[in-house]
Amino acid sequence: MIHQCVGLVTCQAADVSFNLTGLWNSFGQLTIDGLAWGAIYALVAVGYTLVFGVLRLINFAHSEIFMFGMFGSYFCLQYILGFAPDGNAYNVGIGPTVGYLAVAMVFGMLVSGVAAVGVEAVAYRPLHKRNARPLTFLITAIGMSFVLQEFVHFVLPALLPDYGGPNAQQPIVLVQPKIQFTVFGADVTNVTIATVIAALALAAITDAVINRTKLGRGIRAVAQDPASATLMGVSRELVIMSTFAIGGVLAGAAALLYILKVPQGIIYSGGFLLGIKAFSAAVLGGIGNLRGALLGGLLLGIMENYGQAVFGTQWRDVVAFVLLVLVLLFRPTGILGESLGRARV
Amino acid sequence: MRVALARNVIALGSASLVALTLAGCQQSKPQENTEGPGLQITALSQIDPNGVNIPTPPGATPANPAGNGNASCRPVSLAFAGALTGANNALGINIRNGSQLAIDQHNAANPGCQVQLKPFDTGGEPQTATAVAPQIVDDQFTIGLIGMVFSGETKATGAVFNQAGMAEVSPSATSASLTDNGWKTFFRGVANDSVQAQSVGNYFKNTLKAQKVCVVDDSTDYGLPLATSIRQALGPIANADCALSVKQGDKEFSAAVNQIKGAKPDAIFYAGYYAGASPFVQQLRDGGVTATFVGSDGVKDPEFIKQAGQASKDAILTCPCGPNTGTFADEYTKKYGKAPGTYSAEGYDIATLLLKGIDSGANTRPALLAFVRNYSGDGVARHYQWTPKGELTSNLIWTYKVR
Repeated sequence: MIHQCVGLVTCQAADVSFNLTGLWNSFGQLTIDGLAWGAIYALVAVGYTLVFGVLRLINFAHSEIFMFGMFGSYFCLQYILGFAPDGNAYNVGIGPTVGYLAVAMVFGMLVSGVAAVGVEAVAYRPLHKRNARPLTFLITAIGMSFVLQEFVHFVLPALLPDYGGPNAQQPIVLVQPKIQFTVFGADVTNVTIATVIAALALAAITDAVINRTKLGRGIRAVAQDPASATLMGVSRELVIMSTFAIGGVLAGAAALLYILKVPQGIIYSGGFLLGIKAFSAAVLGGIGNLRGALLGGLLLGIMENYGQAVFGTQWRDVVAFVLLVLVLLFRPTGILGESLGRARV
Repeated sequence: MRVALARNVIALGSASLVALTLAGCQQSKPQENTEGPGLQITALSQIDPNGVNIPTPPGATPANPAGNGNASCRPVSLAFAGALTGANNALGINIRNGSQLAIDQHNAANPGCQVQLKPFDTGGEPQTATAVAPQIVDDQFTIGLIGMVFSGETKATGAVFNQAGMAEVSPSATSASLTDNGWKTFFRGVANDSVQAQSVGNYFKNTLKAQKVCVVDDSTDYGLPLATSIRQALGPIANADCALSVKQGDKEFSAAVNQIKGAKPDAIFYAGYYAGASPFVQQLRDGGVTATFVGSDGVKDPEFIKQAGQASKDAILTCPCGPNTGTFADEYTKKYGKAPGTYSAEGYDIATLLLKGIDSGANTRPALLAFVRNYSGDGVARHYQWTPKGELTSNLIWTYKVR
């Protein structure tokens, strides 16, 4: 069953196709699916972009914050809301389902938010106090990413029976995707609607918080000029902490939307690739730029889906990164530019 | 402005709080829409290379490792070699446990012939296996090997056992080319990959009567070659519009589902592991694809049902591995506290037939080798008899159904 390609020529990679009719025929469907997927990227990307704006740090552990959110939401569904893991959908009706999902989302946001602030306090703040070089931060972030993953892989099963370990969690499916209506030949499911609406609402709230509140002004001030911001009475520690908290909370929300789409995705390694993609989305839109991250996420999700249709499903990630390279060739600072540091947001 | 916003935030917050409380109060046991008892993987039948069901002949009773209880032999041992640690150790442990059960039953029944099982861990790595193989053949008490488990390690070490003249009966190495090396000591207890591809390909044509099949692989060293040979075996029936390779580790298949939906196949073959197959089949069903889902042996795992739930219902799984049935399964569960897994039955069968050889007086390497070469008998999983090359004379693949 497990082979190591024993002397066979068939182990070469599958061919790349070029299928424009496939793209044309299901253009609407690909767009809708990509949009829902991109909305999840967008929410995760915000965490990367805000932290980069404030600290100039690529927080590679953010993908694990997302993963913690998945486990948090799952925990809430199982122990607080009392749904037993089962491969089958519960389908309890639209009202209660939305209620349960909201509770699970809030709990996931809480777990992710606390985890993000915790990582900052444990890993980054001590470095920051010692004025560590940016490279040290980067390595620490990668290290934290592994620590959190392996924690769920090896330690969590000992703390909580049936949690973590090498296998994915047995899914808790609250609602089965059902087609609600069709636009331009694309089937829109309830899950897609919920994902897009929830993500847009959260994005709008985040945008308002960053642009309209005192906290947001503080974040922007620190991003633009940390020294002056401190002189003007902004508490840098507090701003950094809130930045991590906002990023974590959004990652937790994204985590619930993700497991709504992919109930089998709750596994210790489940955040890694998605995190890399979300980071690319942040860079694509212009890192440090909140609206850029949101736009980049949506764009990446959609383009990736188009790319899959044209070149074949296994080329999905390649398409995403080629797109990133192409955009950066012509706009090195991303689509909307790196603007958090220039008080443009 | 800021006041208004604060008010909005507070309003929103309290609204969601109310919603939460409501949701919390309503909490009771949610209604499950399962149909009757839980699903499980049950054996359907064996299929031959033409893809036709071959019923197990009635009256075929598996060989009993206990024998007649009067065996006497000098102290000898059998070796097991395969992955007991590492990422892919599940199969190795299944086989080792099956073999150990047979040996224990034998030793309990035959006080005059105590055989020891010496397990060797290769981690599934060819490099480690080449270091382990000499240890096995240097032990003069060891007269036969149950293993190796994977094809790569088997290829790397077959010559060592051939030179030592030690019978090497693999319960699970399925790479077709292994028997082309001219080894006189290698026997394979299951059908090989090319037989599997041919049988499964013909199964689509002759038994499922499919006109259009989507063959999907997971781009792994395991899934890709299997899918390629099944596409070849299917010929024009394998639809080129939905010959997909999904990425290993991917769990979101909307684009693939879309493409399959457009192709409207009668059946889908997934060559890969359960981790990808379960979200895949669920998303197919959610997307309204009702075509018969057929999975390869990597999908045949209880996790597949756990993860996919009702979506896995009626899925057909093909595997060279035989079903764990009868008293063997009961005894195994009693001894290890868990049900036997993939290739446990093969481990048990192969240990049993080697023990029968020892009981019959084949106490040396050449004698046991000759015994295996001329063996013909039924086991839990199938009938065992070998061609001079070391392939089974009746190369059958098992089919399973989730129900």
